[in-house]
Amino acid sequence: MIKKFDKKDEESGSGSNPFQHLEKSAVLQEARIFNETPINPRRCLHILTKIIYLLNQGEHFGTTEATEAFFAMTRLFQSNDQTLRRMCYLTIKEMANISEDVIIVTSSLTKDMTGKEDVYRGPAIRALCRITDVRGMLVCQLHYYDVVKRWVNEAQEAASSDNIMVQYHALGLLYHLRKNDRLAVSKMLNKFTKSGLKSPFAYCMLIRIASKLLEETEGGHDSPLFDFIESCLRNKNEMVVYEAASAIVHMPTCSARELAPAVSVLQLFCSSPKAALRYAAVRTLNKVAMKHPSAVTACNLDLENLITDSNRSIATLAITTLLKTGSESSVDRLMKQISSFVSEISDEFKVVVVQAISSLCQKYPRKHSVMMNFLSNMLRDDGGFEYKRAIVDCIIGIIEENPESKETGLAHLCEFIEDCEHTVLATKILHLLGKEGPRTPAPSKYIRFIFNRVVLESEAVRAAAVSALAKFGAQNDDLLPSVLVLMQRCMMDSDDEVRDRATFYMNVLQQKQKALNAAYIFNGLSVSVPGLEKSLHQYTLDPSERPFDMKSVPLATTPISEQKSDMAPIATSKMPEKMAPSRQDIYQEQLAAILEFQGLGPLFKSSEAVQLTEAETEYVVRCVKHTFAQHMVFQFDCTNTLNDQLLQKVVVQMEPSESYEVLHYIPAANLPYSQPGSCYSLVRLPEEDPTAVSCTFSCTMRYLVRDCDPNTGDPDDDGYDDEYVLEDLEVTVADHIQKVLKPNFGAAWEEVGDEFEKEETFALASVRTLDEAVGNIVSFLGMQPCERSDKVPENKNSHVLFLAGVFRGGHDLLVRARLALSDGVTMQVTVRGADETPVDVILASVG
Amino acid sequence: MDSMSMEPSLYTVKALFILDNDGNRLLSKYYDPELYPSMKEQNNFEKNVFNKTHKADNEIAFLEGMTVVYKSSIDLFFYVVGSPQENELMLMSVLNCLFDSLTQILSSCAGCHGNRCGSNAGGWGKNVERRYLLENMEGVFLVVDEIIDGGVILESDPQQVLQKVNYKSDESPLSEQSVAQVIQSAKDQIKWSILK
Repeated sequence: MIKKFDKKDEESGSGSNPFQHLEKSAVLQEARIFNETPINPRRCLHILTKIIYLLNQGEHFGTTEATEAFFAMTRLFQSNDQTLRRMCYLTIKEMANISEDVIIVTSSLTKDMTGKEDVYRGPAIRALCRITDVRGMLVCQLHYYDVVKRWVNEAQEAASSDNIMVQYHALGLLYHLRKNDRLAVSKMLNKFTKSGLKSPFAYCMLIRIASKLLEETEGGHDSPLFDFIESCLRNKNEMVVYEAASAIVHMPTCSARELAPAVSVLQLFCSSPKAALRYAAVRTLNKVAMKHPSAVTACNLDLENLITDSNRSIATLAITTLLKTGSESSVDRLMKQISSFVSEISDEFKVVVVQAISSLCQKYPRKHSVMMNFLSNMLRDDGGFEYKRAIVDCIIGIIEENPESKETGLAHLCEFIEDCEHTVLATKILHLLGKEGPRTPAPSKYIRFIFNRVVLESEAVRAAAVSALAKFGAQNDDLLPSVLVLMQRCMMDSDDEVRDRATFYMNVLQQKQKALNAAYIFNGLSVSVPGLEKSLHQYTLDPSERPFDMKSVPLATTPISEQKSDMAPIATSKMPEKMAPSRQDIYQEQLAAILEFQGLGPLFKSSEAVQLTEAETEYVVRCVKHTFAQHMVFQFDCTNTLNDQLLQKVVVQMEPSESYEVLHYIPAANLPYSQPGSCYSLVRLPEEDPTAVSCTFSCTMRYLVRDCDPNTGDPDDDGYDDEYVLEDLEVTVADHIQKVLKPNFGAAWEEVGDEFEKEETFALASVRTLDEAVGNIVSFLGMQPCERSDKVPENKNSHVLFLAGVFRGGHDLLVRARLALSDGVTMQVTVRGADETPVDVILASVG
Repeated sequence: MDSMSMEPSLYTVKALFILDNDGNRLLSKYYDPELYPSMKEQNNFEKNVFNKTHKADNEIAFLEGMTVVYKSSIDLFFYVVGSPQENELMLMSVLNCLFDSLTQILSSCAGCHGNRCGSNAGGWGKNVERRYLLENMEGVFLVVDEIIDGGVILESDPQQVLQKVNYKSDESPLSEQSVAQVIQSAKDQIKWSILK
């Protein structure tokens, strides 16, 4: 096809691009004829076209040359040639950002804007908008000023605007102006849903506004707004029908029955001749299938027909939807179908397929061998990083859920890293091999794959391979001699990091001590990396005789288990993942800047924010609890939602129920309308009774009110004191414990030893299931579940939960809870710690 | 992220571009300043979209997290890009309006072109082709400007667009204009003078 045209072009010579070899300087030279009299509209037009074309190709114009050309162009306003004038507007818009003094054309534009020529008016306004501020409210109003003016009049005459687009824009603008005023939006909706609209675009806008309002007000499905959206399913325009169906599907709380009408219109669209409509329909059905697979089963036949759709995106979506709604027996057939064209679809949809497989594995664990096979084939295909990562994550997920698939999965991953260009994936897999490999029946077979990496790969991968090797040596005594030999070889590596790791592991392994292996090989550092960097820097600035104390480094906050986004297709983020400082590192920084809090030591833990006010009250207050070794700092984030008040000297007064002592209040100086501010309270923890870890504080916010003008924000001169009672704030045992993940719990358990071990048995009479018991213990103690022991296998009567954490002050703390289900749950708790107090605290608070 | 409903807004179209059959840019508009702000990112995106779409005329695709609707004609490819939450049919209406408006503008010019060359008269179809597009670039710029401004759909009816653009290809000198055209232009002039 391409060839044919090239040939034709060569023959006729007329198909070449007249703009192809344009020189910017030559074009600007030509632009001098703008100054000639009389103006030659045709030639000028052509030059303006060239300028716009160059700008569009990304040609850079300097400010001076742009300004010169721009000034010359303004002369063309003297011509009455319509097309020329329109091109002038376009040039103004394109050059508004580069040229200086564009504002000089304002008068010309204003003249055209208010003139009689219809053809000029709209474009002139739009050009004018561009040269004033590009963003901002004023522009928006200007943008549609004449539209609204016209439309408001016509709306009064029974909304019979003959221009359907005017209706749409006016509605969009009205919403934009009123969106902060829920009542006004509600009134507007009420008016237009009754009177009806002509423009399908306006209908779509109205549906969006209505569903937004429904969501905000948590309106039920008996609301007239819902009725309106549902009535749009019967609109005669497909665009509106689809918008309504999509809105219903995306409502957070919708039962299968309420979804039914939406699903049936989507079902009809599945057989539309328009590809875009089929795509839209099947994509939306795919979303429905995630939450309500049963609601989509009625469409299975239509979806089956789409499997062979020539648009592979549609076919993929149809299959992944069927995988969610279909029965276990159809899985094999669908997987075969999809493998026939998986190479033809874009990476984005391959990721969708992988996600579908991933959720399928959770639903039908018995199918894991089919899936694993399929995934390993996909792993061998070409594909980008996101795609490969999705596959690797999916395989790792299957391995973790199904112990019997572990060896096959690891074998596939071993094969994959033999030829893997993505360092991140290779290191991730090596880490997994180090963690899981030593515990398989035949660990020796992984050594070869790992050592191959040491020979062939980049530094980062080699270093990861060395760490994985060390884990085999530490866990398997019979492999230790060979691992030591390999380590010896790694010590001659050309890279510092690889050599350092090898030397370190070599020395640890040679000691043959379980506790050392646990502390330095299985369960690495649990400190925050930015925190460690800062502490070390501080130490080098102020050297002392004392050795550096690791306990002075804040702990890493373990990421709350990643929530797998279950929506399809995921928007691939363009931002590279980087080591962002954690939330706690940010707090540490902020608190360190406050004089009163210096000398408290490193920040130990920051809690999640706790709401101390109801939603939609005058003042919104939430509290973050920061725990230090001997103190707690309460950070109150306050927002004033009254636009006629300015609050000053805001403090939250706290009355503790136990022997906690409030030392300082640090007020927020000013709290203007809708600008959040923070005040703090510093509290000393009771020293005499270290087991008194829980306490209730009654809180009252005190402040000076200065009334002010809601429009200007200018406050009155005088103010008055006032107070506002907040909800009580609880400090619990979880606030004193930081989660720490021990990848190898058994090793950590041995390392801590039984010096301070205590055991007790409890009966949890009110708990009915093991799942519930596990959930309660984890959230109550605020410790990290290890070895995936927070997942209770189905149909089991007993379970063991492993929890790890560090108690305030830096003492390791491990909990093993054996649970048995029999008419309530019986729980035997064994606690080990590096110190006695935390062990007592745990048992006392559980009891 | 997807369960959150979008803020209702008029800003529907994220980008629009026309490429030739080698994937070269003839016209590109990016309306969302956060989407591919640099020329390099834009070119990469266009190349990627072109590679994934030029072989099969599938009308719609999902690429780099964006919904892309497209259409091809002879040696031209037209693309309209929107957010993944956008109503696909709205994007289609923009694409169709763009294509139909250009068809009308360019087909009249293709006629002139044929006449002037004096060959193959009447054999020129109403095809939207790269060479006619480039010859009437100013018309193309104006049409795009009438359909979308800053991402807001201004018009979706090709007749309205043509009326607003009021673009006449004055490719040929007056002497070569057909009688009908002369009369039409005379009518127009009289009409405007009366209106004034």
